[in-house]
Amino acid sequence: MTIKTEPVTINLGPQHPSTHGVFRLRVTFDGEVVLDVEPVFGYLHRGSEKLAESRTYVQIVTLTDRMDYIASMSNNLAYVRAVEKLAGIDVPERAQYIRVISAELQRIASHMMATGFLLNDLGAFATPLMYCFRERERILDLFEMLCGARITLSYMRPGGLLQDAPPDFWPALDRVVKDLPASIDELEQLITGNEIVLTRTRNVGTLTAEQAIDNSVSGPMLRAAGVQWDLRKADPYEVYDRLEFDVPIGADGDNFDRYVVRIQEMRESVRIIEQCVRQMPEGGPVRSPAPFFIRAPEGDAYSAVEGPKGELGFYIVSDGGIAPYRCKVRAPSFINLTPLREMLVGGKMGDLITTFGSVDIVLGEVDR
Amino acid sequence: MSYEIHAAGILDFGSIYAFIDSLLPEGLDWLAFTVGGFVLSFIVINALVMSTAVYTWFERRTLGRFQNRLGPNRWGPFGVLQPIADLVKLITKEDTTPDDADRWVMTLAPVVLLVPTLLVVAVVPFGQDSFLGRLNIGILFVLGVTSVNTIAIFMAGWGSANKYAMLGAMRGVAMLVSYEVPMALGVVGVVLLSGSLALFDIVEAQPIPFLLVQPLGFLIFVAAASAEMSRTPFDQIEAESELGSGYNTEYSGIKFALLFLAEFMAPLINSMIIVVLFLGGTRGFSPVPGQIWFILKTFAVVFALLWVRATWPRLRVDQIMGFAWKGLFALSLVNIFAIAIEVVIFQDETGAITAGQMWIMAAINWAITIAAVVVTARTLGQRKLERRRASPSPLANMYAEAD
Amino acid sequence: MYGLALFKGLGVTMKNLVSPGRMFTVHQYPDRKIGLMGLARMNGQNPLTFTFRQPAEAMKALVGLASVRDRQYQHPRFRGEEFSWYENRCTGCASCAKYCPLGIIKIVTDPAKTDLQEGDKYFLEVFDIDIGRCMFCGLCVEACPYDALHMGSGFEEGRYSRAELVIDKAKLVASPKRPSHWFRPQLAARDAYNPLEGDEADSHDVHRHEKPSLSQQRSRWGQR
Ligand code: SF4
Ligand code: SF4
Repeated sequence: MTIKTEPVTINLGPQHPSTHGVFRLRVTFDGEVVLDVEPVFGYLHRGSEKLAESRTYVQIVTLTDRMDYIASMSNNLAYVRAVEKLAGIDVPERAQYIRVISAELQRIASHMMATGFLLNDLGAFATPLMYCFRERERILDLFEMLCGARITLSYMRPGGLLQDAPPDFWPALDRVVKDLPASIDELEQLITGNEIVLTRTRNVGTLTAEQAIDNSVSGPMLRAAGVQWDLRKADPYEVYDRLEFDVPIGADGDNFDRYVVRIQEMRESVRIIEQCVRQMPEGGPVRSPAPFFIRAPEGDAYSAVEGPKGELGFYIVSDGGIAPYRCKVRAPSFINLTPLREMLVGGKMGDLITTFGSVDIVLGEVDR
Repeated sequence: MSYEIHAAGILDFGSIYAFIDSLLPEGLDWLAFTVGGFVLSFIVINALVMSTAVYTWFERRTLGRFQNRLGPNRWGPFGVLQPIADLVKLITKEDTTPDDADRWVMTLAPVVLLVPTLLVVAVVPFGQDSFLGRLNIGILFVLGVTSVNTIAIFMAGWGSANKYAMLGAMRGVAMLVSYEVPMALGVVGVVLLSGSLALFDIVEAQPIPFLLVQPLGFLIFVAAASAEMSRTPFDQIEAESELGSGYNTEYSGIKFALLFLAEFMAPLINSMIIVVLFLGGTRGFSPVPGQIWFILKTFAVVFALLWVRATWPRLRVDQIMGFAWKGLFALSLVNIFAIAIEVVIFQDETGAITAGQMWIMAAINWAITIAAVVVTARTLGQRKLERRRASPSPLANMYAEAD
Repeated sequence: MYGLALFKGLGVTMKNLVSPGRMFTVHQYPDRKIGLMGLARMNGQNPLTFTFRQPAEAMKALVGLASVRDRQYQHPRFRGEEFSWYENRCTGCASCAKYCPLGIIKIVTDPAKTDLQEGDKYFLEVFDIDIGRCMFCGLCVEACPYDALHMGSGFEEGRYSRAELVIDKAKLVASPKRPSHWFRPQLAARDAYNPLEGDEADSHDVHRHEKPSLSQQRSRWGQR
């Protein structure tokens, strides 16, 4: 006897605990199996790119804070690098080191959050999430020392940094960097070998290297698929070419590999920070003289950095005025969502949530 | 000092009835019966609700501490009055019902969920006997009454006309029905060993706790029980990260409070049952009364369940079903066979088994348990995890080399 | 394998229960529950003498009812609400208003009435900051060439209506002068001054050490 069934369409979001913001996914289920997904976004669209056209180059820094609001530092960095390229501004060496340090701290903070929320999506009742937040909190404290804010940092300026780190920053950074490996170990003890996590994440949401490249996926998702592509190595910016670090990759490109790649990247980031602190020049300027109202010469520039979520690029067109003519953001969260259907269809409801969590998106950046 | 039952009698229905009957004139037995019933239910239900309230506080504080948070600590000493604040909030909230909802079904569901949970207490032997006296089919009563949960959860999910609730309810029905089987089979071992279905007889038949004698049965029963009360790693019915809040998505106000109450009462009740079946109920060491031992043991079980909840993620729905039918079901059959054979070998003509013999059984059963669990883990578990080490990228500094 | 890692995880959580990591994730605000030990330490006594001297307080602390006012540790660089503005330093140049990305600073000056208090400057008629829309980016502070406007360290500016959130000149003059160290290295260099406690900063103390020469100013702000 066959029982007559019919597919159910469910609106996952925009208000749902696991959509990581106001994302909406129209999913068609056959029982528990996903038949089709249709992402709907734009709920958080604030027109940042358009707003940038009526802001001066320095003022746009505050807009970039609010795109990927859990990795503001990387956004700042990507943006100011584009402006520097466009206007031909040099950056003092000390500023470059501090930029790398803060960007790597931000990468750790962002990966912590991604890992914590992935586990939360797996249903681990917030315990790993809280442990991750504990570490992230310390990093935010460091940011507060640097620039007086914890989330919307606005720390970088075209031509360097807002201001040098205060003297009490360095011992605090030392403490955090010393504690971080132990905390990551603890996290791994809690999660990595856990049978339930393994059953839930291995061979789920798999993305092959070809699929990933076809969809121009970047960041940990691409590396989890086994492609060694990291802008810090491939196109070293700032002082990354003087630093020694590895690019962790995964084997299968499933959710578990993404998690592992993130964990290992955090370890590499700790290494990078340690090296930076050792190599950094004592004293010196952190901001090269650049006017507040930068008048970039006519032309365009694209500059990308390896953000925590992937290749984060800014494309700026200038018409010679004090504001850009056009500012386009290559937002990794948005582009990493492209292969969503390939990853989700055929999976179960629970897989949908974890896969979605493992992509690590921030809606501020997806919708901009 | 010996591991004996030190529980005095408790205020049971019989004594209340006798007391009221002695006050009333002849011929009013029915009145005494009714009043006695009401008085007892009033006492028991209130005691339970209060202990559930304390339990919610305990759970939140402990979870908070597990997670390096604080948990509620504002209202009263160490936040112990928080449940009252929650209750006031829930009662004063607007009680909404969706337009499409099936009103009757939706309104009745919390009651249908709560009542069986309360009913189980009737047979739990807190003292020499339970509140209702000695029920000779106690364990059957527990299994039968708790399975009503399934209907309540389906009513809640169906009645609230919400797709999330419906999905949660569907999952709930499938899961609860599946886990009834290993749960019942896990109990069979206990019944075989004690030779009785009455809960107090089971306590009496435990010169050493059955946890030691049949660890496999304990594992099966705890796993099944935590699935029955929908706790991690089996909390599919709510699955708040997937389904919003599962079957209770549409509930608010007092109806939600009732669902919440039933949900938080379940771990307490289940822990009591686990204590009775596997940890020797009111047995304990002499100066401390048995009731205290009972509470301490219940507390320990509750804490262990909480610990698991704070640590493990949840399984996916098909994996949960697979675990029930492929893992627990097979394990419980192994358990039953092992216990049955041992009972046949060891028992004397009257069917009694001495403590010494139980120790021998314990040794055998531990060996069987370890073997069985290892075999199951091998067949159902994950392959070994080989970790790729980070390797330097071949693309490293490609621009630098090009120059 | 065989699910052993599950128990390793249980070990981790138990470790955190028994000796909670380095810190709690949550900070209690505005007051913090405090135990007997903490209370005694705050009063500079050991717990025994404290219990002896103030039994009532000690009992309260023991049952978890005692609380002390507390706020989260803030770095002196914290970029907070409550701008500190020195009227006698402000020239009414309106740089701050121009640099604000949101355009929420409203300045009306009267060139006819020059105010000869400290050099030449315009008379300020209106200086409004609509703090309800402010994002505390600090660009206005960064822009102020005369160190008249500073960030504050507060964060408790909740009001019942939006209109009350507009800080006008009178409020700015009356507000406590506790500039944050943010973008004001001269304040950080002065070790006696802390925006969170101690004395307020006088208008003479907040300036940069030396007045930048004309050429320095040119190189800093660019040729215009
Ligand atoms: S802090 Fe930023 S938003 Fe606020 S007034 Fe100053 S420039 Fe404008
Ligand atoms: S920039 Fe400074 S001096 Fe100029 S108007 Fe604003 S506060 Fe006054």
